[in-house]
Amino acid sequence: MEVRINNIRKEFDRFAALNEVSLDIASGELIALLGPSGSGKTTLLRLIAGLDFPTDGQIFFGEEDASHSSVQERNVGFVFQHYALFRHMTVAENIGFGLKVRPSATRPPKAEIRKKVSDLLDMVQLSGLENRYPNQLSGGQRQRVALARAMAIEPRILLLDEPFGALDAKVRKELRRWLREFHDRTGHTTVFVTHDQEEALELADRVVVMSQGKIEQVGSADDVYDRPQSPFVFSFIGESSHLPVEVKDGTVLFQGEPVGLSESADTAGDLFFRPEDVTLTDEAHALSGKVTASRRLAGTRIAEIDIANNGHAPFHVEIEVPLHAPIELGSEARFRPTRWKIFSK
Amino acid sequence: MTASATASKAGWRVKQPSIIPGFGLTLGFSLAYLSLIILIPIAGLLWRTAELGWSGFLAILMDERTIRALYVSFGTAFAAALINVVFGTLLAWVLTRYRFPGRRLIDAMVDLPFALPTAVAGIAFASLYAPNGWVGSLFMPFRIAYTPYGIVIALIFIGLPFVVRTVQPIMEEIDREVEEAAATLGANRFQTIFQVLLPGLTPAILTGFALAFARGVGEYGSVIFIAGNIPYVSEIAPLLIVIRLEEFNYAGATAIATIMLLISFAMLLVINLIQAWSRGRYGNA
Repeated sequence: MEVRINNIRKEFDRFAALNEVSLDIASGELIALLGPSGSGKTTLLRLIAGLDFPTDGQIFFGEEDASHSSVQERNVGFVFQHYALFRHMTVAENIGFGLKVRPSATRPPKAEIRKKVSDLLDMVQLSGLENRYPNQLSGGQRQRVALARAMAIEPRILLLDEPFGALDAKVRKELRRWLREFHDRTGHTTVFVTHDQEEALELADRVVVMSQGKIEQVGSADDVYDRPQSPFVFSFIGESSHLPVEVKDGTVLFQGEPVGLSESADTAGDLFFRPEDVTLTDEAHALSGKVTASRRLAGTRIAEIDIANNGHAPFHVEIEVPLHAPIELGSEARFRPTRWKIFSK
Repeated sequence: MTASATASKAGWRVKQPSIIPGFGLTLGFSLAYLSLIILIPIAGLLWRTAELGWSGFLAILMDERTIRALYVSFGTAFAAALINVVFGTLLAWVLTRYRFPGRRLIDAMVDLPFALPTAVAGIAFASLYAPNGWVGSLFMPFRIAYTPYGIVIALIFIGLPFVVRTVQPIMEEIDREVEEAAATLGANRFQTIFQVLLPGLTPAILTGFALAFARGVGEYGSVIFIAGNIPYVSEIAPLLIVIRLEEFNYAGATAIATIMLLISFAMLLVINLIQAWSRGRYGNA
C-alpha cells in the first residue's frame, strides 16, 4: 500500500510538533524516520497510524483519504517501543487478538485463527512458545511477538516505533538483520522510527531525516551520507567539522586567506567536511592548526586540531590522518578538504 | 576470615550475611506485636467458646436467630462489596483517567468514610432513607431504611474507599501503549476495556473486594442506626453479640464471634487463593 502524506501540520497546545510535512511512501518500501528527540518523527508515525490526528493536511492510503479515519478503520500494524504486549494473555492469545476482536461477520473461525497464529509464530521463529506469558520471554522474543501480533491483522502498512531501542547491542544487531530479511520476504510497506543513524542507514531503502518538526532530507543511505542537503543533515549524519568561510571571485577564503579550494558562486557561509575527506598537504594555501589530540578509531586515526581564531576560542576540527604517518601532538598540521560543501548563511 | 566462614557455615541458614541487617530483630518484633494485637485476643475468644462444649456451641450455631443474623451480616456485606467493586472501579477510572475541575476534591472525598465516625454516617443515612426522609420518601412504598437494603447502603458507604484505593494505583500504572495497541489491532473501546484492561486489574479488584467485604462483615456503628434491628430480618451478627453481652451471656457472645471468625477466615482464604491463581498466571499484576 502506498502512503501519501500531504502538508501535514500537528500542534500540541499551539506548539507545532510537525510543520508542513509531505512525504510519499512507495508500496513495499522500507523507510526510516531518523532524527534527534523532539524532531517529530514519532508524531509523524502516530499520525500515519491514526493514534493522533493532524491539525492540518491529509494522509492518503492509496487513493483513499484516511486523514480522519479511526485507528481501527486504518488497519495498520503498529509495534510499540515497549512492545505493549497484553501480559495476561499467552503468546498465542496475543497474536490472535486482532483476529478474535473482529465483528462476527469478518472473524475467521477458531481453527483458522489457530492455524494463522502458528504460521506467524513460525515466521518470527518462536514456535513452541505459544503458551508462554510475555513476562516469561526475553526482550528480543517480546519484540518478535509484538511484530507477529501486528502482522496477524494483515495490515496495509507496518509501523515500528524505535523497534530496537530497548534491546542490548548484540540482540539489536541480530534483530536488525532479521527485520530486513523479514521485510524482503513479506514485502510489506514498512516505516520505522529511530534515533540511531547506523540502524537507519543499514536497514532502510530510504531515510527521512527530520529535525524540529520538518523533513530535512529524504534519500538513500548514500544520498544522505554523501550528498547532505542541509547543515543539519551534514552534522547529524556521520562525523563532520565546519568552519566559517567566504567565497570571493570563485576562491574560498578562511579568515581572509585562500585555502586552495574554489567554488562557483560567491557567498558567505559554513564550510562542511568529513574527517575522512581530508588530505594533508605542504602547499601554502591550506587550512592549518595545532594538533591537540589524536585517537585510534578502529582502522583509522583521528587527529583533533585547533585553528587559532584571533584571540577568540579556537575552531575545533577533526581530520583523519594516515595510521602510520607520524603526527605529533603540538605540531602544525596543514590540510585541505577533498570533498566539502558550503552552506550559505 | 576462615574462622568466620566456618562459623557462618555451621550457623543458621537464615543468618546469612545481608546488606540489610536486622532480620532477627524485626521478625521477633513482628511476631511479638502480632501476638499482642491479634493472636492472643483470638486465642482468648476460642478459649471462652470452648467452655461451652460441643453441644452448647452447636445449639447456638443452630439457633434460628443466630443463623438469620449471620445470613444478614454476610449477605449484606457481600452485596455491598459487589456493588462497590463495580462503582468503585468506575470511580477510580474517572479519577485516574480524566482531569477535570474538582477532581482533587472528589479524590479527597473518597477517604471520608475512613475518617467519619461511623455512627454519624449511620444516623445521616437513617434520616435520609427513612420512609419520611428526603430520599426514602421518593421510594415509598418500597422501604429502604430499617430493612436489609438500608444495611447494604451503609456498608457501601463504609467499603467504597477500600475498593477505590486498591484499584487506583494499579490503574495509574496501566501503560497507555497497551490500549493503543488494542486499538491498532481493531479492538473497539468496549473490547479494550473488557478484554485488555479489566483482566489486568483483576487481582487489585479482588483485593478491594476482600477488604470491603471484611470491613462490611465487622461493621457495627453505622448499621445499627439504619437497620431497624428487627430480629430474624435486619439484625446483624455483631449486634446479636452485643445483645448477648448485655444479657451477661459471655459464652454465647463469643460463640457467635467464633462462627463469624471462621466464616470470614474461610472466605478471605478463598479470595486469596483466587488472587494467587490469577497473579501466578502472568507474573505480578
